[in-house]
Amino acid sequence: MFRIHCPHCREARSEEEFSYAGEAHIPRPVDPSSLSDSEWGEYLHTRTNPRGPHREMWVHTAGCRRYFNVLRDTVSYKILAVYPVGEMPPEQGEA
Amino acid sequence: MERYSLLGLVRHARHYHENWQRVWRDPAPKKAYDTVIVGGGGHGLATAYYLAKVHGVTDVAVVEKGWLGGGNTGRNTTIIRSNYLRDGSSHLYEFSLKLWEGLSQELNFNVMFSPRGVLYLGHTLHDMREIERRVNANRLNGIDAELLSAAEVQKLVPLMNCSPDARYPVLGASLQRRGGIARHDAVAWGFARAADAQGVDILQRTEVTGIRCDNGAVTGVETSRGFIGARKVACVAAGNSGVLAAMAGLKLPIESRPLQALVSEPLKPCLDVVVQSSGVHCYVSQADKGDLVIGAGTDSYNGYGQRGSFSVIEHTLQAVCELFPAFSRVRMNRHWGGIVDICPDACPIIGETPVRGLYFNCGWGTGGFKATPGSGYVFADTLAHERPHPLAAPFSLDRFATGALVDEHGAAGVAH
Repeated sequence: MFRIHCPHCREARSEEEFSYAGEAHIPRPVDPSSLSDSEWGEYLHTRTNPRGPHREMWVHTAGCRRYFNVLRDTVSYKILAVYPVGEMPPEQGEA
Repeated sequence: MERYSLLGLVRHARHYHENWQRVWRDPAPKKAYDTVIVGGGGHGLATAYYLAKVHGVTDVAVVEKGWLGGGNTGRNTTIIRSNYLRDGSSHLYEFSLKLWEGLSQELNFNVMFSPRGVLYLGHTLHDMREIERRVNANRLNGIDAELLSAAEVQKLVPLMNCSPDARYPVLGASLQRRGGIARHDAVAWGFARAADAQGVDILQRTEVTGIRCDNGAVTGVETSRGFIGARKVACVAAGNSGVLAAMAGLKLPIESRPLQALVSEPLKPCLDVVVQSSGVHCYVSQADKGDLVIGAGTDSYNGYGQRGSFSVIEHTLQAVCELFPAFSRVRMNRHWGGIVDICPDACPIIGETPVRGLYFNCGWGTGGFKATPGSGYVFADTLAHERPHPLAAPFSLDRFATGALVDEHGAAGVAH
């Protein structure tokens, strides 16, 4: 259980207000029909699933209902950074 | 191996039970083995046992970073059933259930398998349609399944609130009478003892820190006790499968999440079936020593911390109290989390990988305990013959490229 600082509401709120939206930085292939089955399968299903810092998306479901990115340690659950969608995480703890 | 029997008990009683044989050896690792199994939980130990017993492969080591059965084998709610929806999964789990039925005799170790029946409740019209569909699918696959009305459920479980005034009223249920529970520690110990007796080396407190590959083929594992060579490496380390895969340069379609459970103080016998409900999300049974064993859900986010969110526990206990108002004053003794491998289709991955000689048995998600003997049996067969066992064939890693997923989100029991 942890608190997440919503960059849109500018407030730290309980984890229960948010929904997890999966790993961040997985771009949809520009031309899906040119991909092989295994490349497409990898895009759909394969995840990095690291033990340590993980770049992930969250949405503030019970608040502003907007998405943002979080860099979180999956062992200590400590949030290392919160940053907007479309940006890369700050240097301090590269995943 | 010294066989356990009534006569043995009497004989040892005469010596004040001071001369019981050690249950398994604590050998020093050899330089190399034919097969190294990474992970000393139920699935890994069962794999070692069936490799030695059925296929005569005894040059095997089971490498475990902690103690036997200290991971998900010791952290689950011990429910055993085979009422899955799809053909592939119901055949696999039914094969496993049949092994459970004779497991204590097979291992000469009492795993306390108690086929007391597993109820799966429906709370809405949609739930009931899903349940009817699953009961029919089970029967077509030769698996016992019954459909019960709310009145029949009430008769079977008098303590349950089946009133139509409940917030989520019980409309009916499916019942698999052959399902039940077993003692999880005994499963790990029984398989360990029987595998050890066949000559398998069980190496506890030996952590795998790397997987060595040469020219696309595995050559062994780096461990905290030095390098151990192997012709085949079989990874059966739920929760950390992705970490092991990364050591061999592979990525898996798996995410690791905490799944929680809790037990109450011991009570007099009051609940003699396993009750499951996905609608309100709870599953509860009463262990032989009297505790209520309660399963909660997974956290929605990835985690390796072996602990989960308090809100998930709270949600499950709300559902338990709603279904069993009498339990509202029962105190909870302990709660814990285990890290489960979640696959996109809620089904396991069993078989070979792009690295020659490297095999994975993972992705059992929230319900791997019930599959322990079956998983070990088919994985041992897959390892020995270097091709998928027919029951494991639908669960190969390449299904995520071909798209032939086995969607079991409905029957897997836990919402994830």
